[in-house]
Amino acid sequence: MIRQILEKTEELDRKIEALKELQKDEASHLVRHEAGERAEDSYDGEDAGPEEHLEQWKSCEKELKHLEKLKRDFLEQTGPLSAADHVVLARYAKRPHIEDFIDGLFTDFFEQRGDHLYDEDRSICGGIAMFHGTPVTVVGHRKGRTVEENVSCNFGMPCPEGYRKALRIMKEAEKFRRPIITFIDTPGAYPGMEAEEHGQGEAIARNLAEMSAFTVPVISIVTGEGNSGGALALSMANRLYMLQYAVYSILSPEGFASILWKDASRHEEACELMHMTAEDLVEAGVADGIIPEPLGGAQEDPEAVYAAIATELDSTLRAYRAMSPEAIRADRMKKFREIGRVSA
Amino acid sequence: MDTAENVSAGSLYKKIGSLIFRGSQYPEKETGSLPSFITCKSCKRRSTKAAWAENYYVCPECGAYRPVSADYRLSLILDPGSRKDLDPGLRAQDPLDFPEYKDKVKKQELKTGLKEAAVTAVGRIEGQRVVVGILDSRFFMGSMSAAVGEKITRAVEYADKNHLPLILFSASGGARMQEGIYSLMQMAKTAAAVREFSEHGGLYISILTHPTTGGVTASFATLGDITLAEPQALIGFAGPRVIEQTIGRKLPKGFQRAEYLYEHGFVDAIVERKDLRETLAKLLLLHERK
Repeated sequence: MIRQILEKTEELDRKIEALKELQKDEASHLVRHEAGERAEDSYDGEDAGPEEHLEQWKSCEKELKHLEKLKRDFLEQTGPLSAADHVVLARYAKRPHIEDFIDGLFTDFFEQRGDHLYDEDRSICGGIAMFHGTPVTVVGHRKGRTVEENVSCNFGMPCPEGYRKALRIMKEAEKFRRPIITFIDTPGAYPGMEAEEHGQGEAIARNLAEMSAFTVPVISIVTGEGNSGGALALSMANRLYMLQYAVYSILSPEGFASILWKDASRHEEACELMHMTAEDLVEAGVADGIIPEPLGGAQEDPEAVYAAIATELDSTLRAYRAMSPEAIRADRMKKFREIGRVSA
Repeated sequence: MDTAENVSAGSLYKKIGSLIFRGSQYPEKETGSLPSFITCKSCKRRSTKAAWAENYYVCPECGAYRPVSADYRLSLILDPGSRKDLDPGLRAQDPLDFPEYKDKVKKQELKTGLKEAAVTAVGRIEGQRVVVGILDSRFFMGSMSAAVGEKITRAVEYADKNHLPLILFSASGGARMQEGIYSLMQMAKTAAAVREFSEHGGLYISILTHPTTGGVTASFATLGDITLAEPQALIGFAGPRVIEQTIGRKLPKGFQRAEYLYEHGFVDAIVERKDLRETLAKLLLLHERK
């Protein structure tokens, strides 16, 4: 369902883009006329008059309004979304990625690279930045935008070197008593041969153990898909927020279906059973809040999403500023000790 | 302790039948005068139960390791009569109300006589008190449910509070899918507990047995001060099938086996089952707090 709507809106987006270009052209002609210049690119020597450009500009404007309304109408048809729809939105390629969140939320970003042991894993992006006058450490999964970037970032699937890089960066934050903000968006840890040889399990376990002992606040925001240990390894946080259409689960729905029913094609069915939407995660006590997204998803109005995240970060950081380092650590321990408590 | 799970009278015939004709996967109770053989899954040769038992359930013919029950492992390493179970009542919940999960749990309970995949106990090795936790792969492939995570965490906390060394045997297919995100969160909970225990100076010996994979590998299993493995055990994060699908080719022979991890620097020693008690006693002595 949501897939068709996204296809439609993509088509409309393309038209809108083209029209905007055209309109810009007309506007620049008008400006030149105002300045009393003759357009030099008119091949027949007969440039259209300013009235004509104005007319063109106006008709572009009208058409744009029409298309934008059409798009809104489409999005409004969306109706209630299924869990599988959430997964489609969470993975949608146009969704803001870590670089966008860094640009939209922070200033003075300084990227830290490499695990300083063996390699630089591009699927993790991290560094130090300023948030409303306070230095913070930022770490998250990086998926890349173009195909080349996707490949160089391994589609956001870290190897052990990525987790070790993240840990190194976070430990530096602990040393300098800087809050840590992580952005979660990964299909999972990379299931490759070298990843295994280099200790994928150990790297994830080490992150969990070390993060549990940090005395600075860790705040995680699941922005896209958060799958399995690969997501958990960056989200052992005091507070975890989810974007409205983000998902967080034990495994990808495809993996889940293939383990449970030996049939990955039943992934949509799996989504419904997995309790993986933001609302489900709040109910489970794993997520502490939901950051609203515009109709159709975060890509429709990224600025609004950044503003909503900033508000949440602001108030959360303020709350932790009043706490002692030991209390911050105990707060995180308590959270994970309590989730899904089993008693006998 | 007994060396095998209890077999109800009704299923006895079936059990014996499967022993004779197909070979049971696990050591069974001696069944009087009936001839009983176990076929090795590896070399396909049959040996008598007595021969297997004498050889610690390692194939007398080819040396292949058979998975064994938690009870058997405890009997193998603890001083006789020293075992006292911790939290024996903890059992799986059904937090997602997952279709058929309750029935499946019930079946596992009937099959194994266990309440969950983890068995934890306090006992003695050569007189030294220890806390031991064991994942029993017969129960839901030793997968990590919230109850398993809770039981392991409580064992770590018990060891911490009482200043006792901790020994955990891992054997797990990974997460308990039917418990979703709650299963995932056990990785965080157990890893945090081990971290705190370690900070207080506690000794944790992790023993990786066949198979140790997924969320267990990526949490407490790889956080030991000393890491031992049983010969031939499969140890990894991603399963071999998933890796083969990802890289599009067959994995080399021996990949992710204990010996491979030993060569790649993730295991301190590979210890044969028959030598385990002695090795543990030595390690405990070397770590004795003066």
